[in-house]
Amino acid sequence: MKTDISAPVKRDDVADKLAGLTCYIGDMRNEDMLYAKTLRSKEARAKIASIEYPVMPEGYFIVGKNDIPGRNRVKLLLEDWPFFAEDVVNYIGEPIALIVGSDKAVIQELIAATKVIYQKLEPILSIDDSGLLPIYGETNSFADYSFGKGDIDKVKRIAKYIYEGTYETGYQEQFYLEPQGVIAEFKEGKATIYGSLQCPYYIKNAVIDCLGISSDRVRIVQATTGGAFGGKEDYPSLLAGQAACAALKANKPVCLLLERNEDIECTTKRHPSRIRLTSYVDEGFKLIGLEADIVIDAGAYAGLSGVVLQRAMFAAAGVYNVENLRVHGKAIATNKVVSGAFRGFGSPQAFFAIEMHMEHAAKEMGVDPMEFKLQNVVKKWDKSTTGGIFRDKNLLPEMVQRVTEMSGFAEKKQTSKKPRNDNKRRGIGLSMFLHGCGFTGNGERDHIKAHVKLAKNSRDEVEILISNVEMGQGINTTMKKIAANALEIPIERVIFINPDTDRVPDSGPTVASRTIVVVGRLVYEAAIELKEKWQVGAVQEAECSYQYPEGYEWDNDSLSGDAYTNYSWGVNAVEVELDTLTFESKIIGVWAVFDIGKSIDDRIVKGQIDGGIVQGLGYASMEVMENQQGRFKQRSSTDYIIPTAMDIPIIQSELMCQPYSGGPFGAKGLGELTLVGSPIAYALAIEDAIDAGINSIPVRPELLMEVMADDKKY
Amino acid sequence: MIKNIKLQLNHQEIELYVHPLKRLLDVLREDCGLLGSKEGCGEGECGACSVFVDGELVNSCLFPVGKAENKQVLTIEGFRDTVRYDVLRESFEEAGAVQCGFCSPGMMMAAEGLLRRHPHPAEQQIREGISGNLCRCTGYNMIIDAVMLASKRGDGLW
Repeated sequence: MKTDISAPVKRDDVADKLAGLTCYIGDMRNEDMLYAKTLRSKEARAKIASIEYPVMPEGYFIVGKNDIPGRNRVKLLLEDWPFFAEDVVNYIGEPIALIVGSDKAVIQELIAATKVIYQKLEPILSIDDSGLLPIYGETNSFADYSFGKGDIDKVKRIAKYIYEGTYETGYQEQFYLEPQGVIAEFKEGKATIYGSLQCPYYIKNAVIDCLGISSDRVRIVQATTGGAFGGKEDYPSLLAGQAACAALKANKPVCLLLERNEDIECTTKRHPSRIRLTSYVDEGFKLIGLEADIVIDAGAYAGLSGVVLQRAMFAAAGVYNVENLRVHGKAIATNKVVSGAFRGFGSPQAFFAIEMHMEHAAKEMGVDPMEFKLQNVVKKWDKSTTGGIFRDKNLLPEMVQRVTEMSGFAEKKQTSKKPRNDNKRRGIGLSMFLHGCGFTGNGERDHIKAHVKLAKNSRDEVEILISNVEMGQGINTTMKKIAANALEIPIERVIFINPDTDRVPDSGPTVASRTIVVVGRLVYEAAIELKEKWQVGAVQEAECSYQYPEGYEWDNDSLSGDAYTNYSWGVNAVEVELDTLTFESKIIGVWAVFDIGKSIDDRIVKGQIDGGIVQGLGYASMEVMENQQGRFKQRSSTDYIIPTAMDIPIIQSELMCQPYSGGPFGAKGLGELTLVGSPIAYALAIEDAIDAGINSIPVRPELLMEVMADDKKY
Repeated sequence: MIKNIKLQLNHQEIELYVHPLKRLLDVLREDCGLLGSKEGCGEGECGACSVFVDGELVNSCLFPVGKAENKQVLTIEGFRDTVRYDVLRESFEEAGAVQCGFCSPGMMMAAEGLLRRHPHPAEQQIREGISGNLCRCTGYNMIIDAVMLASKRGDGLW
């Protein structure tokens, strides 16, 4: 029906989820099914001299590199990541083989009894290690990009103020509540993989390559997915290939489920980063130039690091208009877990750097940080870092105004400066940020080329056939709303089933805040077409393919043009109370305004806002993951701490709307944006409380002790 | 060491023939076919496997089945047939307290446990009451709203 698309509707996946009736991958049962466990490297870098396996009991199998009928490489951007290690291992936890059988305890014993003889090699453990044998290529970087605009050398000569700073961010573990898992079966020459996943067609392509069979002989079916946050974008391709080879060898279905601590220790994480910024400001406090040098720690294999790096680089100037710019970025190989996708995808790192930098530069120049920032924010028709055009009005000034009202920002800024009788200090911080929605650069146009289909049955019910998955974010509901609204039929007559690649076309992966803005638009257009030709009781279909919008340009060689076709915006404020004896901090309040265009469901949107903000607060505060000699110090759910209900206050959020004409009903992207701003606002709040500069997250009490002992404040 | 263990599961007497150190979670999922309790961490951090044993909320991943001998075990499968469950379900739906759903059965058990202790909880009591249950999707506040709503709507039930 035509209704207000933003008004919340009931999610029809919720009743089963609450009752424990929803079938996740770990709930699937099959009588013949075997289990697999992974034999993993215990060395950060070594040659495998030999492997001594115990005698396998009947019905137990070893599945390793020689059991891969096709190519032992996970199909992603570069072709370097093996399903099973070949002659070398490159990180602790790297899979060497699976042991497969009916009894999990027996498999564990067999793995424990297996001896891998290593010849150790000197590992590369930091982005600063040099002079060691490269892991990848000659320069040991998976990606090395540069771009710029204007004349940076000229602004260097004329700038009145030059400010430099270096900013670091740490690992972050996705910690979806459901650990990763797949089940593979092989019947009549066809492989079917069921799994907890975000990208059915990525996996399909990876399994085709792994097995060396034709496309019609591989089928991927998504099992209801218990959270993902990017962590199930890349890694399930590896698990699926491994399990498929095991099912082929055992001639039985094989279930490969990770345990929590295995998942924490071995699967992809958010890239740690180090970003050096130099800004050039004129006498009127206009930001006239910026140089950025971005290094991300990619881990042992390329994975998605090249595109993560691009997103970070394109976000180097944050929400600020800079006409003269030079950006250099590198993704460096290290002998650690592969860094991968996580909500924000390079953007949280870059925004942390630029927002802290602008704040510190303002303080150094003796001007009000908020005024300095607002003076320099991009406006309609300004150019992006890559020379693309901001075509829509940007509501940032109004959003900042609103967040300052909601939070009582000015008053709290004053209060935090007043001396107190106890050992507590308060501080408040505010961040401004954007997120380019959809794939970066030419991704949507040249690589994904999304295709969607609607199928109407004789009962006049319409099924949405897309390869995007429900993973908690609510597309089961929002997609149905979009179709029902466009078709003007009740939502109960729209069907959405977990995707199965034998049934759905490739509408691309469930990533990059693209599902609503890109795929949702195609669903809308297909629905309009179906509505026009609608015949009661007839079986009908409508299809729609992505078309790059007119008037936009992107050149992938020079990295110039419109890196994104639309932007969502956010402003966050966070207030903290710090204990000056223990350096522990407590979050007192969070206020947020977002512009995501038209909201497709206010309740679902609020869920994304709250969840993203809290993940961001965890990232900035308690989520510590350190690597020592190639091994994570925090490698269990006991050691790696994520926020609980006790750690966060009520979050007050509002929406402002500048619609995007290319999105369904004017909607833009949402999912990732919500994580980008809260880590910055938190760090700035701490900074306000201690009156000294924060240059890295997570902000641990130990870090605060160091910062406060340091004489140089910013 | 395998032995007979009798217990009451969701109000029915059952007799199991298992190792007493087998985790209650595995007994529920593997031996009893009750798949509503989830394994999120296996070390008592996440609460996705929460069940009641003699009215006390426990992490069934840390609870050896031998300790449940002659006791009453209530899982989501037993709880979901109650009026209190229905009130909680409606409230969770209305408040938007569910996203991926993996923590949800455990969260429902924690909410029930909390409302048994505090039928009219303050916000801070709800936070404490569900602090043993991790959720990575919602940021918790909509779950807190849901429990608050249930306590009002189900006034007198707890």
